[in-house]
This record gives sequence, structure tokens and C-alpha cells, in this order.
Amino acid sequence: MSTIWILVAFILGFIIVFQIAKASEYVAILRGEDKTRKESNRINAFLLLVFLVVGLFGVFYCNEQLKGKILPESASDHGDKIDTMIWITLGITFFVFLITQILLFWFAYKYQEKEGQKAYYFPHNNKLEVIWTVIPAITLTVLVGFGLYYWFQITGEAPKDAQLVEVTGSQFKWEFRYPGKDGKLGRKYFKEISETKQNPLGQIWSDPDNHDDVVGSQEMHIVVGKPVKLIINAKDVIHDVGLPHFRMKMDAVPGMPTTMWFTPKFTTRQMKEKYGEDFNYEISCDQLCGKGHYSMRGVVIVESPAEFKIWLAKQTPQYVTANSAPAPESPAGGTPAKPAGGAAKDSTTGSSNAIKTRN
Amino acid sequence: MSNDSTIHVHEGAVEHGVHHDGDGHHHHKQSFVSKYIFSQDHKTIAKQFLITGMAWAIVGAMFSIIFRLQIGYPDQTFPFLETFLGKWAKGGKIDPEFYYAAVTMHGTIMVFFVLTAGLSGTFANLLIPLQIGARDMASPFLNMLSYWFFFLASIIMVSSLFLSTGAHSGGWTTYPPLSALHEASSGSKRGVDFWLVSMAMFIVSQLMGGLNYVSTILNMRTKGMSMTRLPLTIWALFFTAVLGILSFPVLLSAAILLLFDRNLGTSFYLSDIYVAGQILPNEGGSPILYQHLFWFLGHPEVYIVILPTMGMVSEIMSINSRKPIFGYMAMVGSLFAICILALLVWAHHMFVSGMNPFLGGVFVLLTLLIAIPSAIKVFNWLTTIWRGNIRFTPAMLFCIGFVSIFISGGLTGIWMGNSTIDIHIHDTYFIIAHFHLVMGVAAFLGMFAGIYHWFPKMFGRYLNNTLGYIHFWVTLTGAYLIFWPMHYMGLAGVPRRYLDFSLWTSFNKFDSLNKMISIVTIIVFFVNLMFVFNFFYSIFKGRKVRTTNPWDATTLEWTTPINPGHGNWVGEIPEVHRWAYDYGKDGRDFIAQTEPVKPGETGH
Repeated sequence: MSTIWILVAFILGFIIVFQIAKASEYVAILRGEDKTRKESNRINAFLLLVFLVVGLFGVFYCNEQLKGKILPESASDHGDKIDTMIWITLGITFFVFLITQILLFWFAYKYQEKEGQKAYYFPHNNKLEVIWTVIPAITLTVLVGFGLYYWFQITGEAPKDAQLVEVTGSQFKWEFRYPGKDGKLGRKYFKEISETKQNPLGQIWSDPDNHDDVVGSQEMHIVVGKPVKLIINAKDVIHDVGLPHFRMKMDAVPGMPTTMWFTPKFTTRQMKEKYGEDFNYEISCDQLCGKGHYSMRGVVIVESPAEFKIWLAKQTPQYVTANSAPAPESPAGGTPAKPAGGAAKDSTTGSSNAIKTRN
Repeated sequence: MSNDSTIHVHEGAVEHGVHHDGDGHHHHKQSFVSKYIFSQDHKTIAKQFLITGMAWAIVGAMFSIIFRLQIGYPDQTFPFLETFLGKWAKGGKIDPEFYYAAVTMHGTIMVFFVLTAGLSGTFANLLIPLQIGARDMASPFLNMLSYWFFFLASIIMVSSLFLSTGAHSGGWTTYPPLSALHEASSGSKRGVDFWLVSMAMFIVSQLMGGLNYVSTILNMRTKGMSMTRLPLTIWALFFTAVLGILSFPVLLSAAILLLFDRNLGTSFYLSDIYVAGQILPNEGGSPILYQHLFWFLGHPEVYIVILPTMGMVSEIMSINSRKPIFGYMAMVGSLFAICILALLVWAHHMFVSGMNPFLGGVFVLLTLLIAIPSAIKVFNWLTTIWRGNIRFTPAMLFCIGFVSIFISGGLTGIWMGNSTIDIHIHDTYFIIAHFHLVMGVAAFLGMFAGIYHWFPKMFGRYLNNTLGYIHFWVTLTGAYLIFWPMHYMGLAGVPRRYLDFSLWTSFNKFDSLNKMISIVTIIVFFVNLMFVFNFFYSIFKGRKVRTTNPWDATTLEWTTPINPGHGNWVGEIPEVHRWAYDYGKDGRDFIAQTEPVKPGETGH
């Protein structure tokens, strides 16, 4: 019902505005078109000035209202670099924003048409043009310099001692695999994936590295202060591992493992103490992946090394889960017949192999 | 349309006598169909593009209203939506599948059908022959086909909205595998096939149009119209057409490969896929390949959208400041630089796609280079209005709005183009704010400027000024209210394309802001509907234009009769003796391009 009233209000408003607009044309003719034109010129010039002042106040007001709602401090070392880069860029661009917007609206107001005022014939001036080519060029060189310096640090090779976690996205959930004591992730092949055989990631059971790998979903456990390297996969369509608190993001692409690494600075508990019990490190999917995209949520638990050890020890390796269940066939050879090339493919698509080729 | 009759007498002569104007009285009458439907007159085709574009703009904007209702009021139901959308809004609640189809269609329609076809199609067709002094396009027939292919593309796209499985819902970028796998989403069933075929038709239309624009500009300029005497509108439309010709075919190839993957079992983009409990046989393809092909068009596309408006804004600003455009050659040079760089920056959309980081670094450098020609343009516009004698026609106000919005949206390009920052704000509301301002709103404001300015040339009448001023102020204010706060949402990491934030603890703090944005969107939508009304009302009832040169401009289109017939000029095509920007020179308000240079006149 309210929709109808809103619509009626809009239509009524429209009719009134239209009648005024139509009448204003007749009035203009009665009063002399030139006189009316000059008057509307003055009004609009003044409004441009008002727009500038109100607009700048609006920018300030908006900042006051919303600055508290953006993310808390960055929770990773890479995030600090990204935040620094944002501050540098914000400083420069906001300065340019202020100068150019003020000049634009001020000039528009100041040089509005006036009786007896003549426009100044000023078709070009090489000196000025050189100045505003060179200054942006230098500024941008600085920005590119900082940007690339940080970019290569962030995307560079992860430290050797980094914790390894494999992340797999699929419609619409996250799954994680942790290496066991051997510190190695076993190989896998997508044709081994089977929900019924308790092999959600397609691990190849004949690879002994797989026997102690732990698989979990929706919650990723990592250790505070220790670099973590994520190996990112997708099963069906492209997803994206978005970690806003760590300022990190990387696509999950089927058939092409990607990587990303960072060092978390604060445990989840520390953050909860600072920002309230509601706080959670969330994993958002940032690449449209279908109708459940908006609900593809995961959580990161950052904990102390001791806590992590206890947690990991409590988990059952997927190999055990899959093979303790009644298995009518031997796990490795039990997959449906596949093309001749399939076996050979095993060695090239396993994620451990891909780690070497990425980066 | 009082001048129609006078032109009619000459029309036959003009049509048949491009080389021997003025003689011959074989008066042949055009039928309604050949005059208004299958017309080969560039001015009529321009109007066809414009009106079709406006229809599309309304459809595209209605989609945005639908999804803004969802974002602003996620808990509320809207029974009227069920009335219109049926099963896609059961109980007045928007189905997620439909939400994504709406988002996808909004993007596709606005970028391609409104801001490419509706914008370039309108103004390239209208202005190129009129401003260079030609009777029509190099090939009026291809020009007509260009429109009808666009129309065909439109029909296919519209019909995809009525499929039982829904329209394409994988985003306007149509990334595979989501868009390639029938199992991955309902919109990826027939919807994507319709989308791809429609885009193929659209590309055909763009190529026919583009080739025509380029050959017309290069070959059909009137006597004396050297390239450096061209108005900047023509330069901008020229570079736009070149960009389109170079990049649209790549999108066509991407679309065809995707059609193969979808329907013929190939694996160009597919590998290692387990979807909906099924293992697919495809191996060896790469989804990243599609992204490269798509963005090789996709990025130039945003310049295809913005360049024509840059040209029009330069022209209209100069006219209404009664001053020459500042730094004409620098303006041409920066258009050229943007055109070249536009082809070299596509992968900045892919910094976090898993692409090699070194390649990312190269694209950072090339991307930030674009800021230089853009900065030159902004400073030149500022200097153009400096010490002018400005007339605030609605067109001029839209130009100032354009520059303001272009600055605001352009500066955040320096954020997004820097891969280090992009990691954090990629695919958040920040990018939505950035591109809507810099290529969405700015292009719309530039397009409005063009419509208000050249409406008298198109229809021999003026648009209503009062409605024009209201249109401008509400649209400009609304644009800032809608998109400025979105930067903050982006910095909060709020991902785009989420229809409900209630699950999330990091992203659910913006309820009241989202409501405000939705309300402003609806108001701006209705005010723009008022513009559409103004447009059609003024075609028939607007104030009549009584002088051939209502804006005191120098360019050739204002030397034609008020309602020019097919062939534009009644006698010979005028000869050009000077550049297009002699305003305020030697104490004279303006000197038309057709006026010979007097001895002792100062050069520019």
C-alpha cells in the first residue's frame, strides 16, 4: 500500500514541477528571454558555489560518520604495508581533489557572465602545460615506486618455515587441509573427489604424504606471529579468498592453484578483547560464484602455537576417516574408469607440484 | 517543424546530387518507412540510437532500483515485485538467482547498450557529418545496418529476460567456469547463450559503425577542414571508433570460445572441475585466458564510454565560456595517449586473479601512466573556464558536473591501479564507487550535456530549461550521495555483489547508509524519468529554435538550416578557413569556421 502512496506522491510532485516548468517558459517570454536567462545564470552560478561549500562540508560529515565503521587496524604485516600505501595515496589524491574541485567551482562562480565582461582569449601556453604534465608524472613515479616496492614484498616468495594451509572453495563453502607431522601436503587429483567415499578434496591415498593430512571446513586455524602460506584451489567455479582484516585477497581458480602468504599479528582472542565478542576474522568470497555467493562465509581462528598444536592433535586425518568407513573397494584403485591419460595426469596436477610452479 | 517544407524542395537534389548541388528539381517523396525506420540519414539513425539507448537506460536503471530495494531493505517484502516478476520474487522477496541476473543485466545494459551504443551511436552519427562538413556517412547503408544489428542484439537480450531458467546471472564480465557450466547456476543455462549471441550481434553493429566513423572522418572532411581544425568532439569520436575496432573483435573471439565450451564440449576455459556432485572430463583449459580476452576489450570499453563525452564536454565548455578550449593540441595528444594506453592496461583488473605478480607490476606502471593525460585534460578544462564569461545553460552545468565527478572518480583510479592497494579493495564497494563515478555518472552527465546542447539541432526545439536545471542539480547531488559513502564501505572490505549482510559480523554495520543510498537512487531515477518526459514533450511542444546558431558557436553544424533535410546543407557545403575555437578573439565574441582569415588577424 505504501508503495502506491509513494508512487502517487512522485506523480503529483512531477505534475506540479512540470506545470511550474511550463509556466516559467511563458513568464520568460513575458519578462524578456534575455533578462530571464541572465537571472537563471546568476542563480546557477551561486548554486555552484553553494554546492562547493555544502559538498566539502558533506565530505567532512561523511568522514565523521563513517570513519569508525571501516576496519580496525590491520592484523597482518602485509596489511600494514597496504595501509601505509593507502595513507600515502590518500594524502596525495585528497590534496589534488581539494585543489581541483575548489578551482572548478570557484572559477565557475567567479567568471559567470557579467555585463561588460570580456572572455580572455587564451588558447594555449606551453609553460603551463609542461608544468601540469611534469608534476603529475613525478607524483605518479613516486606512487608507482612505493607501490611496486610493497607489491613485490607482498607477492614474493613465502619464508621457508611458513605454515602451510590449503584452501579450497566450492559452491558455497570453504574447505581447509593441513599437513600432518611430515609438514607436507599429499598429492590430489580432481577425479578422485567423492563425497560418498569421504574424499572431498580428491586426495590420492596411495601417496603416503596424504595419510596424516587433516581436512576441515569453514574454520581455518593459523598461528599468530608465524608466516602462513595459503595454497588456494577451487573445485567448480572461480572463488576468491578475501581476508579483509589481514588486507589480503586471492582468487581461487579451478585447475590453477594460487598462493598467498602473510603473518597474522593478533590472535582472535586479542581482537575480541579489543573490539568486542562479536569480532571474527571472516573469510569472504569476493568473486561472484553463483546464487549463494553472499553467504560463502568462513572464519579464521588465529591462535597461539600451543593452542594450535592441541587443536591439530585432536583432529582425525582424512585418510583414517575415509578408510575406516566401510570401503567396498581399495581406495586408490577404486575410482571409476578414466581416460588413459588420467594416471599420468596425477603427477602434474597435484598441488605440491603446483607450489613449485607458482610464484 | 516550419522549415521542413523548405528543405523538402531541395531534398531530392541533395540526395542525388552530392557532387552537383543546387540544381535539379526532381522532388521525390520519402515514405514513412524510409524516412523514420529504415532510414539512411545519419541524423535519423542518431535519433534511433538515442531513443533506443534511453529505453535501455530506463530498463537498466529499473534493475538497479530492484537490487537497491534488496540491499537497502533486506528484511522487507515488496508485494508489487511479485506482481511484476512472478516466481523471481515469491512473496515479494527477491530470489538470489534473480538478484544476480539483475546485477548482470544492469551492468551489461548500462555499459554496452546505453553508454556505448546509445552514446557513441547517437553523437558519432549526429556530429561527424555535421561538424566535418559532409552530407552523410561514408556508407549510409552500413550505418543503417549498424543500428539494426544493435536493435537485433537488443531483442535477443530482452528475450533472455523471459527464459524460464532466467537471464544470465554470472556478472557482466561473464567469467567462466561459472558462465560455462549449466550446473553451476540457473542463469548459466540458456541465459548465457542468449547473452553471448546478443553480444556477437552487438559487436557486429559496433564494427560497422566504427569503420564508418573512421572512414568518414578521414575521407569526407569539407574543403579546408584539416585534421587540426576539427572540433575536439570529432577527435574524441575518432579515437573512440579506433579503440572499438581494435578491441571488440577480441571480445567476439572470447564469446565464441565460450559458446564452444558451453555447447560443443571443448575445454578452452575449463579444467579440473567437480560441480554439483559431478566430475567433468575437461582438462587443460584456463579460466584466466578468458579474463585476458575479456579485459582486452573490457578495459578499452571504459574509454569507449568516456572519450566521446570528453570531446563533447570540451566543445560545450569552450562555447559557453566564450573562450577557446585551452591547449587544443594537448587535448588531442592526451586523447591519443589515452587511446594507446587503454589498449595496454587490461590486466589491472586481474591483479588478484593468480596472474604472475611481475606482470602485475608492469600493468601498475602502465595503468598509472593514464593518470597523466587525464590530469592534463582536467587542468585544461579548468583553464578553459578561467577568465571566461560563462553562460550556465543546462548543457554547461552538466559539463561542470562532469569535470567534478571525473576528478572524484578519476583520483580513486590511482588507488585501484596500484596493485598493492588493489589487493585490499579489489571487488569491494570501493571499485563500485570508482567506476560508477568515473565512467558511469561522468559519462551520463557528458551525455546529458550533449543532449541538451544538440537537442535544438536534432529537433529544432529546445528542451525545457527549468526541468533541465532540476535534472542537473538532483542528478549531481544524488550521484555524490550514492557513491561517495561507498568508498568507506569499500575500505571496510564490504564485498560487492552481496545481497544480504546479516550473516557477517564485519560487513553488517552499514544498514542505515544502505537505506539512504537506496532512497536517493529512487529519487534520482524518478527525476531522470522526468528528463525522459521533457525529452519527448519538447520534441513536439518545446520552445522553437528561431535562429540557425542558438549558442553562438563556430562549428559547421550551426550553418545548416534549423531542421536540415537529408544532405544537411541546402546549397554547397561550406568551406572552412580556421579552427573551431575562435571565441573572444580580437574583440569579437566568436568567429565561425567558415569565415576567411583576414589579413593582419592574430594567429592562435
